[in-house]
Amino acid sequence: MIKREFWARFRRNRLAMSGLVLVAGMVVVALAAPWLAPYDPNFIDLKEVLMPPSAEHLLGTDTLGRDVLSRIIFGSRVSLLVGFVAVGIGTLIGLLVGALAGYYGGWVDQALMRLVDLMLCFPTLFLILAVIAVLGPSIWNIMVVIGLTGWMGVARLVRAEFLSLKEREFVVAARALGAADARLMWRHLLPNALTPVMVSATLGVAGAILVESALSFLGLGVQPPTPSWGNILTLGKDNIEIAWWLSFFPGVAILVTVMSYNLLGEGIREAIDPRLKE
Amino acid sequence: MPETLLETQDLSRHFRLAGPWGRGPWLKAVEGVNLSVQAGETLGLVGESGCGKSTLGRLILALLPPTGGRVFFDGEELTKLPKPRLKQLRREMQIVFQDPYSSLNPRLTVRQILEEPYAIHGLGGRGERRAWVAELLQEVGLAEEHLERYPHEFSGGQRQRLGIARALALKPKLIVADEPVSALDVSIQAQILNLLADLQQRHGLTYLFISHDLSVISQISDRVAVMYLGRLVETAPRAVFDTARLHPYTEALLAAVPLPDPGRPFQPPELKGDPPSPINIPAGCPFHPRCPEARLPLCREVIPDYRETAAAHWVSCHLR
Repeated sequence: MIKREFWARFRRNRLAMSGLVLVAGMVVVALAAPWLAPYDPNFIDLKEVLMPPSAEHLLGTDTLGRDVLSRIIFGSRVSLLVGFVAVGIGTLIGLLVGALAGYYGGWVDQALMRLVDLMLCFPTLFLILAVIAVLGPSIWNIMVVIGLTGWMGVARLVRAEFLSLKEREFVVAARALGAADARLMWRHLLPNALTPVMVSATLGVAGAILVESALSFLGLGVQPPTPSWGNILTLGKDNIEIAWWLSFFPGVAILVTVMSYNLLGEGIREAIDPRLKE
Repeated sequence: MPETLLETQDLSRHFRLAGPWGRGPWLKAVEGVNLSVQAGETLGLVGESGCGKSTLGRLILALLPPTGGRVFFDGEELTKLPKPRLKQLRREMQIVFQDPYSSLNPRLTVRQILEEPYAIHGLGGRGERRAWVAELLQEVGLAEEHLERYPHEFSGGQRQRLGIARALALKPKLIVADEPVSALDVSIQAQILNLLADLQQRHGLTYLFISHDLSVISQISDRVAVMYLGRLVETAPRAVFDTARLHPYTEALLAAVPLPDPGRPFQPPELKGDPPSPINIPAGCPFHPRCPEARLPLCREVIPDYRETAAAHWVSCHLR
């Protein structure tokens, strides 16, 4: 892949560029949360309970008088952390499983791919719910469980890449030079198999953020008082008739975030392979 | 008498194909090949696409395990070697590929590609490797300024030179050149062929030169072996091949070489149709359904022996 060409194509794609800008913006917001948030997200002010958006509280306040904007800003840290760590875990497992299956083939491949099929049979959200119910809700448990249930796509991608790459002549040449399996995989196959993984990881971040929000919404994810978009929504649901802002703004945050990761991922995919666009 | 560097005995490779219900039929890519290559010579291996040339090349380099027969390199049987010894022997035999666009890892710089052979075998320190790589580049006619570039920055001919440099890195005795010029323009072909010839002289290399192009083969080979449907049908010194070839298939192949002579009347091709599928090889002489000459019942029923009709001239045909 020629990097300059990739960039040129990516930049021409407006949707992808806006995805990139939004994602970058959200990373900055999450990192700079303590400086950007107008209030302490956990500061309770019972005189200001359920205030609608105003100049003082731009996105209103919740049932305990906490500033919703500040909570959403701090909530973005949870989303970002869960998104990246869960996808990191999932991608690493997927790379390992896919690489072994694609490289060794035969019964190794058969066994690993049947495991993938088996994992894909479970409805992911309910599997996660069951595991969380046993292990107890915590942000670390969520990240690990999302990672452990989200590696199958990457494994299939990497396996397919390895299967076609290992017949390529530069790989055969390295074998003829006497290269060991580890060198072949690490130096010749893996770097050439990474581009589709990048796309899938970017899209995976969106998925992981969505799952975290859903879990927190159900009360099985990030526990209050730590703010997360999902648990802000829970409060919003209980008061939806009297405080629309409590549901609306975290919903918008989730929507925009998931959408920008999807736009970014699709943009990368199209820039890698321009034929896909038509 | 020059020593034999490479010898195959009854070498075969069959592939099991996948069928609609699991295992399918066997594909006989290489069948009972007896071949020997003398140190310092170039043996040209010619045949149509799909006749098993490349598979044979990979069997010889132990890149593919044979399903039958044996390969001897410098007197050692490759298929029986323990892994560490095989790795040592890999330094002695290398391969150059057809497609200069897929034979170099697109993620590595020229320096990384050319230093890799030394890294694999733990040869030399940093400074030594640098010096060796510089020498290699010079040897194949590239400049040191190319070292930090990536393969996509080179033309096809330059990339083929890089592939040759990589094959030379460990100072091998044998190079299997698998269609090394087929993907190149004719003018570049000549350059690469000259380079290969120069390198052979300078380093005393032995080549197994695989090609489907007879003009290339007869330009570079000392001996020529003709392959059809996984079997050798004729092997002869080049002079004999040019003037006194025997097998009807060899004859037909040569008749099909286009001559740059517009006055020459059009000659209908002697060979009709495609070679039969290697999944379903005809009984008897594998060539008999396409053979333009008289067909004895023998041709249809019995596989002809591969026998020496004159000194160093081997043919597999009932009629000769």
